[in-house]
Amino acid sequence: MKNQASSSQKTSKFGLTSLFNRFISFEKGSTFLPPFSFGVWIFFLAGLIPSLIVGWIIYPMALYSKQPQPMNFNHALHLNPEIVDGIEGDTETERCLFCHTFREDGTFAGIPKLDKCLECHDDPESPLGETPEEQEFLNKYVAEEQEIPWLSYFRQPDCVYFSHIAHVKIGDQDCETCHGDFGRTEKLPAYKVNRMTGYSIDIWGRNIAGYKTNTWDRMKMDDCAECHTENDLEENNACFVCHK
Amino acid sequence: MEQQKGGIYRYGMVIDLDKCTGCGTCMIACAAENNVSVRPDQTDKERTITWMKLYKITNGKEFPHTEVSYFPRPCMHCDEDGRGHHQPSCVSVCVATATKIDHNTGIVSQIYTRCIGCRYCQAACPYGARYFNWWDTYFPKGKGLERYLSPEISPRMRGVVEKCTFCHHRLMRAKTQAYAEDRTDIEEHEYTTACAEACPAQAITFGDLNNPEHKVSQLIKSPYAFRLLERLNTKPKVYYLSTKDWVRKMADNYLPGEFKPVTKVTG
Ligand code: HEC
Ligand code: HEC
Ligand code: HEC
Ligand code: HEC
Ligand code: HEC
Repeated sequence: MKNQASSSQKTSKFGLTSLFNRFISFEKGSTFLPPFSFGVWIFFLAGLIPSLIVGWIIYPMALYSKQPQPMNFNHALHLNPEIVDGIEGDTETERCLFCHTFREDGTFAGIPKLDKCLECHDDPESPLGETPEEQEFLNKYVAEEQEIPWLSYFRQPDCVYFSHIAHVKIGDQDCETCHGDFGRTEKLPAYKVNRMTGYSIDIWGRNIAGYKTNTWDRMKMDDCAECHTENDLEENNACFVCHK
Repeated sequence: MEQQKGGIYRYGMVIDLDKCTGCGTCMIACAAENNVSVRPDQTDKERTITWMKLYKITNGKEFPHTEVSYFPRPCMHCDEDGRGHHQPSCVSVCVATATKIDHNTGIVSQIYTRCIGCRYCQAACPYGARYFNWWDTYFPKGKGLERYLSPEISPRMRGVVEKCTFCHHRLMRAKTQAYAEDRTDIEEHEYTTACAEACPAQAITFGDLNNPEHKVSQLIKSPYAFRLLERLNTKPKVYYLSTKDWVRKMADNYLPGEFKPVTKVTG
């Protein structure tokens, strides 16, 4: 008890109360800034800096949990016609559509199923390349006929309706506009999921401050609406266009 | 005729009560289509959810003059006046912007994740078309019901209001199909609701009320066409047809002598 009382006295001398008192005196008509003592700054910074660290670094790190993808997938390698042939198309988008196909009814197949990989990786005994990665893929999934449990970076919340065909075919948007360089990467990035909402970090964006420099940095509701508005598509900004 | 993209549509429904046999198929088709939750005790009608509900009405006369009619009731998708002054009553009371009318299609949307469950809209709706989720959605395990759930409809959670959406996902489905076939317009038969499709008596017709080529816009010109509580000025987009005067009279509150029966019908 005693200790507490004395420590509160101390803070009133150097801490907030004294800071406050100085401001009061400043209000009362002193013409220059109150000369904060060194001690006040120590206390101020000792509070400010840790809270900034917690708020901007530790909390965002704690908010997202990292989950490993089941295996790596190399987009750059598969889309390189010198290494992999069979993925044809005049434009890059057309070649992406070799794996990320539209079904006959216009819905988007998304991440390809194992069937698609089997079009080339059909024999687990004879690998197409020489890498251990491919061998692992063949042993673990092709030989066992197991689907690969990919984690989806761009999957929106369940209440969102998104139509790839409206954007890619009718709206003439490139994959890049919304997915950036993803189709040219060699390594899959870490999949991070928000512990509270369960959504992928790519929805909210990786920049904690919320700055957006590219169209693909994040895909929140406002980002969808922003592009619709820019394209004079106000009618697509009704709730029941993007929600279900 | 086909519908052009970017036009103003007014999707609506016409229900022919003379054809309706009260079989209830529309209710079941609707619930199955839209992942509507069931209750362990479905007899508790104050708590069950029925986007499409069938009412039974009688003319109140003694045998042998008794007449019965059945009344399917979806959400009426009340219209706006286009100038922003007049909104459907549920929309104007919503404190969370969770329900809105789409100016382009006339469909009144309900976004469950946005809804805070205050139930003002339920109180404001003169048709009782809105339902509150008192519990989390429930689909009895072991009966295979969960295998019938549709991924096209997002599930509801405890504490939100839900209602008929005119099977809005079917509109999106029809558009997607059209885009795949290099069209940007959809035809009349491509977008219809689950209840209209299921009705064995074909009493329900669905289409664009703005489009003179659509069957609904012709049917509503009938002298027997009426809407529920029309004089509240809610502008419902669900029309009914009945040749029976007493049925039409029941659709609104009339002072004695105010109701005008249809006398002269041409054609
Ligand atoms: C050989 C087949 C193949 C081709 C061709 C291909 N991809 Fe992929 N793509 C995949 C696989 C497999 C994944 C799953 C990895 C993962 O979980 O992200 C994937 C994932 C993606 C994802 C992430 C999806 C998500 O939500 O996680 C994007 C975006 C993507 N691809 C874009 C492209 C683009 C753009 C192109 C064309 C430049 C392309 N892909 C070409 C196979 C392919
Ligand atoms: C059009 C044919 C084709 C398709 C389809 C295809 N691959 Fe490949 N893939 C290849 C070829 C060819 C190689 C060998 C490249 C080399 O190392 O020379 C390869 C290599 C790989 C490797 C080793 C990559 C590395 O980093 O060394 C993995 C893993 C792989 N593929 C996974 C997949 C998966 C998963 C799918 C299905 C989404 C798939 N592939 C679809 C042709 C294909
Ligand atoms: C207008 C923006 C936009 C464009 C253009 C676009 N995408 Fe997407 N993509 C999205 C959104 C949003 C999602 C999340 C969809 C969802 O959750 O239903 C997504 C999801 C995906 C997924 C993951 C689907 C899944 O099952 O999880 C893949 C793969 C993908 N896109 C590939 C592509 C490819 C390939 C192209 C180019 C042909 C492309 N996207 C063009 C916005 C876009
Ligand atoms: C880069 C620009 C861009 C972004 C980002 C974008 N859209 Fe779109 N969207 C369009 C264009 C352009 C069209 C119109 C295509 C057409 O019909 O001409 C469209 C159309 C649509 C449609 C189809 C409407 C119809 O009538 O068929 C839906 C649904 C949609 N967007 C949802 C979304 C959602 C959800 C997001 C965010 C996850 C999103 N959009 C992000 C450009 C964009
Ligand atoms: C252009 C597309 C688009 C339109 C129009 C749109 N939304 Fe969204 N909405 C999204 C996307 C994408 C998300 C998911 C990403 C996010 O949380 O921002 C979302 C998320 C939400 C969420 C949070 C859901 C959750 O589980 O986190 C609510 C609530 C919501 N929207 C309500 C509405 C309402 C109400 C309207 C109409 C006034 C509306 N939205 C119109 C695209 C749209």
